[in-house]
Amino acid sequence: MHRTGELYGQFQTLEQQKESSTLGMWIFLVTEVLFFGGMFLTYAINRHEYFTAFGVGSNTLDITLGTVNTIVLIMSSFTMAMAVWSAQTGKKKLVPLFLILTLTLGCVFLGIKFVEYKQKFDHHLVPGRSFDVWYRVNHPTPADDPKAIALEREELEKATVSTNDPDINSHAQLYFSLYFAMTGLHALHMIVGAGLIIWLIRVSLRGRFTPQYNTPVEIVGLYWHFVDIVWIYLFPLLYLIDRHR
Amino acid sequence: MNQTPPSPGFHLPRDHYLNANYGIKSWLLTTDHKRIALLYLISVTFFFFIGGIFATMIRIHLLTPNGALVTPETYNKLFTMHGVAMIFFFLIPSIPAVLGNFLIPPMIGAKDLAFPKINLLSWYIYIIGGCFVLYSFSTGGLDTGWTFYTPLSSIYSNSAVTPAVLGIFINGFSSILTGLNFIVTIHTMRAPGMTWFRLPLFAWAHYATSLVMVLGTPVVAITLLLAGLERMFHLGFFNPAMGGDPILFQHLFWFYSHPAVYIMILPAMGVISEIIPTFARKPIFGYSFIAASSIAIAVIGFFVWAHHMFVTGESTYAALAFSFLSYLVAIPSAVKVFNWTSTLYKGSISWDAPMLYALGFIGLFTIGGLTGLFLACLGLDIHIHDTYFVIAHFHYIMVGGAVMGYVGGLHFWWPKITGRLYPEALSRFAAVILFIGFNLTFFPQFILGYLGMPRRYHSYPPEFQVLNVLSTAGASILALGYLLPMCYLTWSMRYGKVAGPNPWPATGLEWKTDSPPPTENFHVTPVVDWEPYDFLNRPDLGLVAGAPLAPAHGDD
Repeated sequence: MHRTGELYGQFQTLEQQKESSTLGMWIFLVTEVLFFGGMFLTYAINRHEYFTAFGVGSNTLDITLGTVNTIVLIMSSFTMAMAVWSAQTGKKKLVPLFLILTLTLGCVFLGIKFVEYKQKFDHHLVPGRSFDVWYRVNHPTPADDPKAIALEREELEKATVSTNDPDINSHAQLYFSLYFAMTGLHALHMIVGAGLIIWLIRVSLRGRFTPQYNTPVEIVGLYWHFVDIVWIYLFPLLYLIDRHR
Repeated sequence: MNQTPPSPGFHLPRDHYLNANYGIKSWLLTTDHKRIALLYLISVTFFFFIGGIFATMIRIHLLTPNGALVTPETYNKLFTMHGVAMIFFFLIPSIPAVLGNFLIPPMIGAKDLAFPKINLLSWYIYIIGGCFVLYSFSTGGLDTGWTFYTPLSSIYSNSAVTPAVLGIFINGFSSILTGLNFIVTIHTMRAPGMTWFRLPLFAWAHYATSLVMVLGTPVVAITLLLAGLERMFHLGFFNPAMGGDPILFQHLFWFYSHPAVYIMILPAMGVISEIIPTFARKPIFGYSFIAASSIAIAVIGFFVWAHHMFVTGESTYAALAFSFLSYLVAIPSAVKVFNWTSTLYKGSISWDAPMLYALGFIGLFTIGGLTGLFLACLGLDIHIHDTYFVIAHFHYIMVGGAVMGYVGGLHFWWPKITGRLYPEALSRFAAVILFIGFNLTFFPQFILGYLGMPRRYHSYPPEFQVLNVLSTAGASILALGYLLPMCYLTWSMRYGKVAGPNPWPATGLEWKTDSPPPTENFHVTPVVDWEPYDFLNRPDLGLVAGAPLAPAHGDD
């Protein structure tokens, strides 16, 4: 199909094109909800079944890094919204600026996530043969706070003995399988989003987005907000299960 | 007013989508929905034959009680690979990706689907997924059953499960993108005057199908991904030895895979809703009820999945609810069957090949649907669960229903797709052969199942041999019924009689344009000012009320 300016040949008008693209993205997001939904269901059932082990697993996560990441991601949603707003109101110079900010914040998030993954790897908390929920307690490094280690040992012993879950290692492994599957797929979506934003930056530097034509910014924005919302659910479900003690 | 049969005076249009440009690149990089539909036609036919070869081997093996052909392990692989090829790579894409892709834009007066590039992408995704699965088939095969139940699939199976699971995971996105494209197209691309209740019922059926594709497929995608991760990295999501829950896998799997049956049957119902009024020369009876029943089937279909698990371990109350909901699906299905029969009533029926397929569909779907009620019944299901009764039931729906609809639809729109007519006498013969072969293959299986022959077993007690031999004999007739259309349809692409824009004549908008249509489907954007299936007020069709219709093929 031929393309005239911004109008692709299969459409009659720009409005029709915009309506189609936006509806398409919303439907795609619905499929994403169901995609993540399968994992959330698996999480919910297993957490119900093995609450103690999930609490133990959750408490090994670094809540500071998690919180910082949540703030970073919310900020990136804000800058993305600003990019959409700039495109819609014709502030052509601001569009790439906000997009670059969004991309940077997204990369910060992924960087912090990488640090967290590395920690889990060091602590033998990656599911597999060498998974050992006791590893950190039994092999503390000089950098570790002995008080925190003692507390963790106490918690693990209590979980094993008093709540009668002798297979806490297996069940904590289930938690970490879900942790890596869910945050991993979320990170994959972030990487796809980052790729889309890089494409948008290139187009916006040529000043192509105008109040009449800004659908790409808008629908990538929708996608980016969706990925943020997934994290807004993941954060309490994975980090904050059993912190109140 | 023209009452004479379409004379041999028709010529192919000068410019159409097939001669718009030439060369392999113009096909592999096309964004024309019609060309993509043909790409799909070739690829799903390929997978149909792959699946068909496995089916043939199964039927030959079951000629004797101890198995005539292969080892028990190989037999497990045969029925698994038959199911995977047929369900994921033939039945699910068949009508939507071939006929839906080709016809929805011209039916609603659009130049193309809303996202032509995504349409092409979905074909490539299908091909990539297909390659993974073929790789699995050719390097050790697959022996888990098409259902991939864990922990067999994730731990114990020694066959090539991982590439197969990844292939089906990838292929899922092809289905999702096709569904998404259809929904958006039907919402935003309709021509002026093409209101929702002037949409052809084929489009309604595809809208409902697309809802299922979009809402169901992501769930099976994540489920198979988790099962694949479990196998690759020894995780325990669905492995009871590690605290996981295998029944959760079954729930998630069937949450898609039951509605997937409606992905197969709803488009076929759409095809039938087009064929019946055309060859009964009557407006369809109860248009809005047929449209609404498609949506109702799609919606209710999402709430019946656990009827596959009545004996797997679910609470009695859950089973009661799922049994009741499964019965409910019978209502919209029956609405369709009754409305088709009412359309036939006092119609001016002509027995063209598409009509024979459509009538065959109604009969076979009715048997398949009614036996579904047997299976939805909690007490009876315990007796016939996992027997050949189930096999016969779903083959009546999927082969007797979906494939009959698909082949019937191919005949019906063949003149539109290629611009040429197929040989009528031969295709009527093929339709009858198909009907006889199908019933001979699968009806004995109802009896076998009721007598207690379990599915997926490589051997059986000697007293079941007669029925098994009948079934295998039927399968060979059935195979002829598929090979015949394959041959004469290919032949007719070059040598068939030129059809003209509307050989039947039918009322749909797609018949208003050239056959084959130009790349942009219509030379000028059409304006729709008529009601659907209205044979009475359409002088352009060349019909006189009450007058018998001249057959499209003249004297042949």
